[in-house]
Amino acid sequence: MKNKVNIVITGVGGQGVITAANILGKAAVKAGVNVFVSEVHGMAQRGGSVNCTVRLGNVSGPLVPSGSADVILSTEPVEALRYIGFSNNKTKIITDINPVIPFTVSTGESEYPDVESVFKELSTYGRLYKIDAINIATDAGAVITKNIVMLGALAASGILPFKKEVLLDTILENVPSKFKNVNKKAFEGGFEAIK
Amino acid sequence: MTMEIIENKPGKKILLLGNEAITRGALEAGVDVATTYPGTPSSEIADTFSLIARHFTKQKKDPSFYFEYSTNEKVALEVAGAAAISGLRALTCMKHVGLNVASDTFMTYMYIGTRGGHVIVSADDPSCHSSQNEQDNRYYAIFGGAPMLEPSTPQEAKEMTRIGFEISEELKSPLLLRTTTRINHARGPIDLNKFKKPRKKGKFERNPNWVTTPAIARAQHPILLEKLKKAEEISEKSPFNKIINIGKPKEWGIVTSGVSYNYVKEAAEDLKLDVKILKLGMTHPLPRRMCENFIKSCKKIVVVEELEPILENQFKTIAFDLGANVKFYGKSTGHFPRLYEFNPDIVTDTLSKIFNVKNPLVSPKKSKIIMPSRPPALCPGCPHRATYYACKKAQPKGVIYPTDIGCYTLGRAKPLEMADILLCMGSNAGTACGLAVATDEKIISFMGDSTFFHSGIPPIINAVHHRHDVVITVLDNRTTAMTGHQPHPGTEFDGMGRPAKKLLVEDVIKGCGVEHIEVVDPNDIKATTEAYKRALNFKGASAVISKSPCILLENRDKRHRGEKIPVYEIDQEKCKRCKTCIGRFGCPAIYYEEDESIHIDVNQCNGCGNCATICPFNAIHKKEEK
Repeated sequence: MKNKVNIVITGVGGQGVITAANILGKAAVKAGVNVFVSEVHGMAQRGGSVNCTVRLGNVSGPLVPSGSADVILSTEPVEALRYIGFSNNKTKIITDINPVIPFTVSTGESEYPDVESVFKELSTYGRLYKIDAINIATDAGAVITKNIVMLGALAASGILPFKKEVLLDTILENVPSKFKNVNKKAFEGGFEAIK
Repeated sequence: MTMEIIENKPGKKILLLGNEAITRGALEAGVDVATTYPGTPSSEIADTFSLIARHFTKQKKDPSFYFEYSTNEKVALEVAGAAAISGLRALTCMKHVGLNVASDTFMTYMYIGTRGGHVIVSADDPSCHSSQNEQDNRYYAIFGGAPMLEPSTPQEAKEMTRIGFEISEELKSPLLLRTTTRINHARGPIDLNKFKKPRKKGKFERNPNWVTTPAIARAQHPILLEKLKKAEEISEKSPFNKIINIGKPKEWGIVTSGVSYNYVKEAAEDLKLDVKILKLGMTHPLPRRMCENFIKSCKKIVVVEELEPILENQFKTIAFDLGANVKFYGKSTGHFPRLYEFNPDIVTDTLSKIFNVKNPLVSPKKSKIIMPSRPPALCPGCPHRATYYACKKAQPKGVIYPTDIGCYTLGRAKPLEMADILLCMGSNAGTACGLAVATDEKIISFMGDSTFFHSGIPPIINAVHHRHDVVITVLDNRTTAMTGHQPHPGTEFDGMGRPAKKLLVEDVIKGCGVEHIEVVDPNDIKATTEAYKRALNFKGASAVISKSPCILLENRDKRHRGEKIPVYEIDQEKCKRCKTCIGRFGCPAIYYEEDESIHIDVNQCNGCGNCATICPFNAIHKKEEK
C-alpha cells in the first residue's frame, strides 16, 4: 500500500462533489487512516467549477501537489480536463460522460469542446475510465445519487487503503433511512461499471 | 442528521471541518456566548453553533450557550465583549474584512480588556476565494495588541480555541485566533476532549476602567503593554511554538506558521533537506528568547508565510538586535511572493531553489483543448435576475450601477452587466451618493436585505439628508443567501431557532426619511419596470424594495411540504430564436443545441416561470412538475 494517496474530486457546483469528499474522509477516519480533505465553499451551489482534494495516509497538508494525483474523479468531462495538472501517466481518471454546459457558452464568451475530443485528450494523461453516472443513478432510483455512483467507481479503482464495505457503510450512515436502498444500488452500480 | 459534534466522548476521533473544530473547541472550553456576522470562510463556525442551538431548541432542551447572528461584526464583538467583561466565556467569529467593521470596537476593547475569556476568530482569505481583498489580519494583532494563535490543521484549530480561552483569561485580554481558508475549509480527524460546564450568568462588576474617557485611556495603554510582556512569557512556554527537525539539521532553519507549515514539512521531507523548522503557533507576541536561540543556532534562515512579511520583518529585527550573522531568505529576497495563498508546488519549488536540490515535482500538464470558463452565476430562478432585467427595461442606457457584497455581485456577468462599483458591505448607497454628485448619469444601486441591516442604513440617511438624486434598490430575498442562508433582522427566526421580531425593510427606509418608496415583486416584471421608471423620475433619494424569497429556500420549503416544482419548456414551433431569454435575461438553465435551437435544461430549471413572461412569442410554457 502506498503511504500517501491523493484523490482529486471535481465537478460542477450542485453535483455533490463536497458531499462525496466528506463521506470519503469519514470513511477514512472509520478505517483508522489519517486523512486531510480540502473543500471549496461559497460558490459551490451557484454552478461554478468545484474541486476538492482528499489525501490519505502520511500527509500533512490539505492540497495535492501538481502531477501527484492517484485518482481524478470527475462528475463532468471538461472538469476532469480542467484539473489535469494533477495527473501523471499513472493517474486513474474516472469521469462521468455527461457534459454540463456552462452559461458562458450561451452568452458566447466560450465554447464547449467536442466531448469525444475531451475523452481522447484525457486518455493521453492517464488511464481513463468513462462512466455514465447519470444513467446508473437514474436506474438506482434517483439522479441525485450520481456522486455516490462515482464513489462506487472510486472503490473499484483499487486505490483506497481500506475495504469497499467501509465506504459503503459510511455512505449508508449518512443518508436518511428511506434513501439507503437507492444509495446502495448507486454505489454498487458505480463499482460494477469500473470493475 | 448525526450530531457527532456534541458527543461528550473524550478520546473519540471524528472528522470535522476546520470551522466545526473551532466550534467544538469552544464547546469543550464551556463557551457561554457566541456571536457573528456570517462571511466566507468563517460561516460554518457560527452555523454549527446555530445548528446545535436549534437541535436543542427543537427538543425543548437548553443548548447551554447563547448564540446570535448579530446585525454586523461590530455589534457582534460588542455583544460578546460585554458578556466577556461580565465574566462569561465568549467567542466572536467573522471573515477578515469583518474585523475592519469591528475594528473601532476592537482597538479600544484591547485597552480595557476582559474578565471571561474571549476568542475572536478572524478567517482570512488569501487568494480572495470569496472576498473583495486578501488583507493579512495578523497586523490587527500587532495593531491592537492582541495575543494571537495561528493553527495549521483542524485539530490545532480546535485545541487553540480551547486553550485560547485560558490564555485570554490569564491575560485579561481578548485573543485573536487567525485562520485562513485552507484551515477553515479543510477536514481532518479531531480528537475529542470533554466538555467544560458553561457559567451561564455573568456578573457586571462596576469599574471606572470600563469607561474609556481620555484619562482612563491614557492609564489603560501602559496596562495593555504590560499584558503583552506577560503574553510573551506565555508564548515562550507555549506548546504551539516548537522546533521540528528534518534529516540532520546544521546551519539551515525555516521559520513558518499556519497552513504554510504543512507545505514546508512535506517539501522538506520530499526534498530530503537537513533543516530545523521553527513552527510558530502563537505568533503574537513572538517568543523572543526562543526566536533568538533559533537565530543563533542557524546561519541561514528561510521564512515561509503567506501574504505579508510579518514574521520575516520581526525576525530580521531580532537578528539585528542580536548582531547575528544570519542570511534571511523570504519575500524581501524575492523568493516568496507577497501575493495569494501558497500551495505545495510554490513551497517545494522555492525551497528546492534556495537549497539547490532537484525538485521532484513535475510541472503541471496543460490541456491542449481550450475549456469553457465556468464561473458561478445567479441561480436559475433567482429573483435578482428578474429585478435586474426589469430595471434595465426602465432605462437601458445612461445608468451607473453601484453594487454590494452578496449574490448580486454576480449581476456583473453577461448578459446583465449591472454591477459597476463595489468596495465593501454597504458601499453601494455611499458610492451612489458620490456618483450622483460627480456625474450627470442616473444612479441605481443594489444591496441585499442582510447587507441593508448590516451597514446599508447610514448611507441611505446620507442620501436623504443631502437630497442626492439616487435610486437605491434593496433586493429583499429574506435571507443572507450567499453565505449559506443565515437569518437576519428581517427574518422571523433567530440563530437559536426561536421566534424573533421581524423588521420590514420598507418600515426602516420610511423611518430614514425616504419620500419615494416602491415595494415590488420582481416576478411581476412589468410592474417592477414601471416602479423603476417612477423612482427614476423622483428628484432626490428614492428606494425600490424588490421582495421575493431566494429560490433555493423557496424550493426547499416546497419539497418539505411535498409540493411539486414546475419545469418550463420551449415550444420549438413557436420559438423565433430572438434570444431574449438567453441573450438578455441570461438564465443559466437555458442553452443552445448545436443547431442553434434554444432549450431549457430540466435538471437546472427552478420553475420561476419568468422566461415565459418575457418571451415575446409566447413560446415558453409549463411542461411538468418535478
